[in-house]
Amino acid sequence: MQAIHLAAIDYLILVAYVAFVIGIGWKLSRYMKTSSDFLTSARSIPTWVTGLAFISANLGALELVGMAASGAKYGISTAHFYWVGAIPAMIFLAVFMMPFYYGSKARSTPEYLKMRFDERVRGLNAVAFAVMTIFASGISMDALAKLLNQLLGWNYNFALLICSAVVLVYVLKGGLTSAIYTEVLQFFMIVLGFAPVVYLGLKDVGGWGAMTHSLKAVAVNPSSLGLKDAGIAYAPDAWTSAWTPVLAGASHNPMGVDWFAMIFGLGFVLSFGYWCTNFLVVQRAMAAKNMTAARNTPLVAAVPKMFFPFLVIIPGMIAVALTSMPDKNYRIPPPIVSEENYAKAIDAVKSASPSEPVAAVKAVGDALGVKVAADKIASLVAANAGSKLSDTKIKEGLYNSIAENYYSGVILSLIKKYCPPGLFGLALTALLASFMSGMAGNVTAFNTVFTYDLYQAYFVKGKSDRHYFITGKVITVVGIILSMGAAYFAKQYDNAMDIIQLVFGFVNAPIFATFLLGMFWKRTTGTGAFLGLFGGIASSALFHSLTIAHGNLPGVKGGYLHLAQEFPSEMAQNFWLAAFAFIVCFSLTVVISLATKSQKTDADLKGLVYSLTPKIVDNNIPIYQKPAVVGIVLLIVCIILNVIFW
Amino acid sequence: MGLDIRWPIGLMFTLIGALMIGYGVLRAAASTILVAGQSININLIWGIALLGFGGFMLLGAIKGGK
Repeated sequence: MQAIHLAAIDYLILVAYVAFVIGIGWKLSRYMKTSSDFLTSARSIPTWVTGLAFISANLGALELVGMAASGAKYGISTAHFYWVGAIPAMIFLAVFMMPFYYGSKARSTPEYLKMRFDERVRGLNAVAFAVMTIFASGISMDALAKLLNQLLGWNYNFALLICSAVVLVYVLKGGLTSAIYTEVLQFFMIVLGFAPVVYLGLKDVGGWGAMTHSLKAVAVNPSSLGLKDAGIAYAPDAWTSAWTPVLAGASHNPMGVDWFAMIFGLGFVLSFGYWCTNFLVVQRAMAAKNMTAARNTPLVAAVPKMFFPFLVIIPGMIAVALTSMPDKNYRIPPPIVSEENYAKAIDAVKSASPSEPVAAVKAVGDALGVKVAADKIASLVAANAGSKLSDTKIKEGLYNSIAENYYSGVILSLIKKYCPPGLFGLALTALLASFMSGMAGNVTAFNTVFTYDLYQAYFVKGKSDRHYFITGKVITVVGIILSMGAAYFAKQYDNAMDIIQLVFGFVNAPIFATFLLGMFWKRTTGTGAFLGLFGGIASSALFHSLTIAHGNLPGVKGGYLHLAQEFPSEMAQNFWLAAFAFIVCFSLTVVISLATKSQKTDADLKGLVYSLTPKIVDNNIPIYQKPAVVGIVLLIVCIILNVIFW
Repeated sequence: MGLDIRWPIGLMFTLIGALMIGYGVLRAAASTILVAGQSININLIWGIALLGFGGFMLLGAIKGGK
């Protein structure tokens, strides 16, 4: 992918955006008087703001790039991450869990665990969350710096520094409030920056009907576009139906996932584990100005979340449809090949003999360092032998003959294709906004958990509020620096991202069982929760060591102890791992709780456990603000979307 | 916290919309792309949309007070 240069108009749009987000931080800095103002927004923010921030904090650059990539690889089935893997959990959080998070006056989810169980459970959750947050932020920073390097030719270090500096300035100035307010601005920037790309792409492929028609032809022969290995074929609706291919079985859909793993693994364990317990998103709801606002926060967020597939997944499907149309002169970007390798491959084409196509294909493939389409290389060599082609022409031929796809480049390739100067600046700013919202979310969650759940709880107790206010600011700077360190770590090691995400999976998979039992079964003890959570994490690692996904070698991808089970895809392996870890954690917690004595009385647990807490009566608020009513309406809309794309 | 977020959102999108409209008018050729056989001055069209959205936000902020 050749780097392109920004026009003056693009820089102007970028500068305007940066000026406004820093301006918001500066404006809010005068209200930062206490640690509560800085770290928890003093519970003062209205619903529509916390709701949009809730969704924006989750909408990092990795999601935008990754969902477009998944849209190309798997089609509309990717929407399961929204309609199955998010909306039900967000409704559950709003209706059943927010009353305990908000009503307990806990300042963080680890602090809720301390109030419900004991310091051991809080400590385990806080340390795991703090470490994961830093690495998540680092991975996102690394991905963005690489994107800017590919797209604009910006130096990796410069891209990393400039983006981190902007986030640091506005978070340091205005704390969580600044992060939340800028997340609202970033939400609109992301939507308005990417919407024209989707519109132009759909128009280019001839509309929705023409796109699905093309995708049906691709599904029966996905290897023609390098989407799958040769010999693999699906039913025509594999890229255009969300449920039919999944219900047909793991081998009948490009995700390689069966219905049980999809519903229980993704839809229950992973989804509820993330949306209902991850402090990064729950923190936004906890900053709301009252109980009703806190409960409605995830519901406000669920509205755009439900329709995001049309913004972030459809571009991937458009890319596949465009690639299947020869007259569109587009292909899903191939893996990035260095200029040095292109030069070697051009020489290989020039020196190859058309009478020895097998040798020519091998020489060119070796020079490029990627898999190539033999027929395309053979015809390129023949064309060059017939009439000497220019280096530019040969390079173009080589680019189109690479038989591998770099799916993460899909969204960038569409931005480059459809955005002239001006709109390009807007789309680029949207990409930066998504990165900044994700990073600010991570940093503000990290500084709250570190200050309240680690520093104040274990290291320096009983100091003045001013002390913790200053500590929160220092930890913000430390968090950014650690994130940058994590980014360099991810850049340094090819499989760093695999390892980090693997650890995320181990820790995240069982956590919902701990919260679920804690909130809804008063008999759960601190010892049961602590050992159950540990057992769940250990069982994740054990499951991973005994299983592998088809096509992977034993090692960081699993199967390093013994090969007990092979899954059709990594996604299926991850979903089953989550289901297994949840069941182990849940069972262990129940058994150990029954065998141990609770240290908490019923009075201690009031406001923390469902059966011991007076139910909230919503009589004095309008029907359209009642969480249960709104939740049911959202669930019905979500079901309708599932049926439409069945 | 004393900040109506609609002000910065409205001002920013009004400014960006105006910039894109200006560019779309002054550099019409550079702002026009060919999609499905149709020429579209996308900067002009989307600039107007952003200006409208920004104006809507500002109107809400003005009417809503602080």
